[in-house]
Amino acid sequence: MYQPQYEAMPRNELEGLQLERLRTVLRRVYDNVDFYRRSFDAAGVKPDVGSLAEFVSYPFTLKDDLRDAYPFNLFAAPLRDIVRVHSSSGTTGQITVVGYTRNDIDNWADLMARTIAAAGGTPDDIVQVTYGYGLFTGGLGVHYGSERLGCVTIPISGGNTKRQVQVLKDFGTTILACTPSYALLIAETAKEMGVDLSTTSLRAGIFGAEPWSENMRLQIQELLGIKAIDIYGLSEVLGPGVAAECGEQNGLHVNEDHFLIEIVDEETLQPVPDGAYGEVVFTTLTKEGIPVIRYRTRDISRIIPGDCPCGRTSKRMERVTGRSDDMIIVRGVNVFPSQIEQVLTGIAGVAPHYQVILGKKGTMDTVEVRVEVAPDMDFDEIRGLETLQRRVRAEIESALAVSIAVKLVEPKSIERSEGKAKRVVDLRGEQQGA
Amino acid sequence: MIEQVSVFLENKPGHLAELTRALANAGINLRALMLADTSQFGVARIICDHPRAAKAVLDSAGFGVSITPVLAVEIPDTPGGIADVLDVLGRAGVNVEYAYAFVEPGRSAAVDIFKVDDPAAAEVLTAAGINVIAPDRLYAVDTAV
Repeated sequence: MYQPQYEAMPRNELEGLQLERLRTVLRRVYDNVDFYRRSFDAAGVKPDVGSLAEFVSYPFTLKDDLRDAYPFNLFAAPLRDIVRVHSSSGTTGQITVVGYTRNDIDNWADLMARTIAAAGGTPDDIVQVTYGYGLFTGGLGVHYGSERLGCVTIPISGGNTKRQVQVLKDFGTTILACTPSYALLIAETAKEMGVDLSTTSLRAGIFGAEPWSENMRLQIQELLGIKAIDIYGLSEVLGPGVAAECGEQNGLHVNEDHFLIEIVDEETLQPVPDGAYGEVVFTTLTKEGIPVIRYRTRDISRIIPGDCPCGRTSKRMERVTGRSDDMIIVRGVNVFPSQIEQVLTGIAGVAPHYQVILGKKGTMDTVEVRVEVAPDMDFDEIRGLETLQRRVRAEIESALAVSIAVKLVEPKSIERSEGKAKRVVDLRGEQQGA
Repeated sequence: MIEQVSVFLENKPGHLAELTRALANAGINLRALMLADTSQFGVARIICDHPRAAKAVLDSAGFGVSITPVLAVEIPDTPGGIADVLDVLGRAGVNVEYAYAFVEPGRSAAVDIFKVDDPAAAEVLTAAGINVIAPDRLYAVDTAV
């Protein structure tokens, strides 16, 4: 543990610390941000909350509130004190901008040092930071944590996959940080280059920024010969460093001394008991630049009940398998692309690369899942290919409870992403009534 | 048995042209091309002068490619030529999955390609006096991968 005094703090002390920090942050936003002053007043709540239990009556903050505040209107510190900004990717509309004070950057480095240490990292490690550097939080987030822990930090950023493999091999990278889909591309590319990753020094990966399945984890672990650790974060709350798995790989420890986690029912928005699924809601306890109060992440998860053998006392959230932003609604059924991935990684003969094409025929939504055939398939066997196609279709339909079409496509024909994979193409707007 | 190049093809316009252009650019000469299609995809089956090089070229062009062993049989240009061959195979209990034919330039006999489910089929045909064509007559056997 990098900071055992916080990571393994007795629960009653931790909750005391949370309440104290919560009062400070509520006062900070009430005094400095118009939006919060108005929303607290409208809800009839005061900044000096009496207890953590009382906090559930405070108003939520939504993604749209951040969009409306573009670019700096939710900042709680004057720009003189802001030393960095990042933004969300903005794939679903107006980007949202977040600002960090010097203290925020300092805390972030500690939290990412915790993350790398929880993955088994020490100052002896060599960390290849393949997350993108720039407005995206991934690259610089991991970078500062890796330096804080004392690792050799390779700021290679994303892209140029052959160079990634070359550097990984020549520099003796021990920990790789990137999206899980990019880790698979690196594995594929290494194979093409004749580099056997299992003979390199690589031993762990910290993967996040997109939902991934347990099957994909097993596949990455096997292909790269490493332990694959899930990390979680979002720019609105911090970036990477909000929660991360330990070596147990059984849930992500939330850094509760900095973030208050709640799970609420998606319909009633009331808290659910530990163990029950719901929408994840975060309140930042220490952030100065842009604190968020009861921010609804749209991510679906649950708190895993019980203690973790690793000794950390923090609550564990289950890996996020779907963000409700990624969720697609097909003929009234909620579908997460990660469910498709989970199916594909369990079928020999297809690669876990796929794309979902949504269309419209009359008033009916149509779903075509394009799936790559594995390159070592016997392509002369039409029956074999047809059987494969039917099997993929049947298994996806059974997982999603929606009827779909499956199109087998050529190996490596689906565009590989160097950041977050683009899994869904929605043509429904263009095909109205066709 | 000879080596046939089998290529998975998505159904999209110009795709077969891309495949044949890639082979042409590599100086590979096709002797026979047979297309099998389903409603969703096709498989192109190719006999050419450098099958291993063809696989390497198509692999790197992003196609899904397999090398498939098939039987090549010389069929005299007379009525009953194919029937005689199929009779022999039938009696030996060999299933034919697909077949197609082409004519070599300057020869009167046709070459028939059979995909069979029993590798011993070549010996059965030879024993019955049927001319099974050796790989070196159709392509460069020593082509490096």
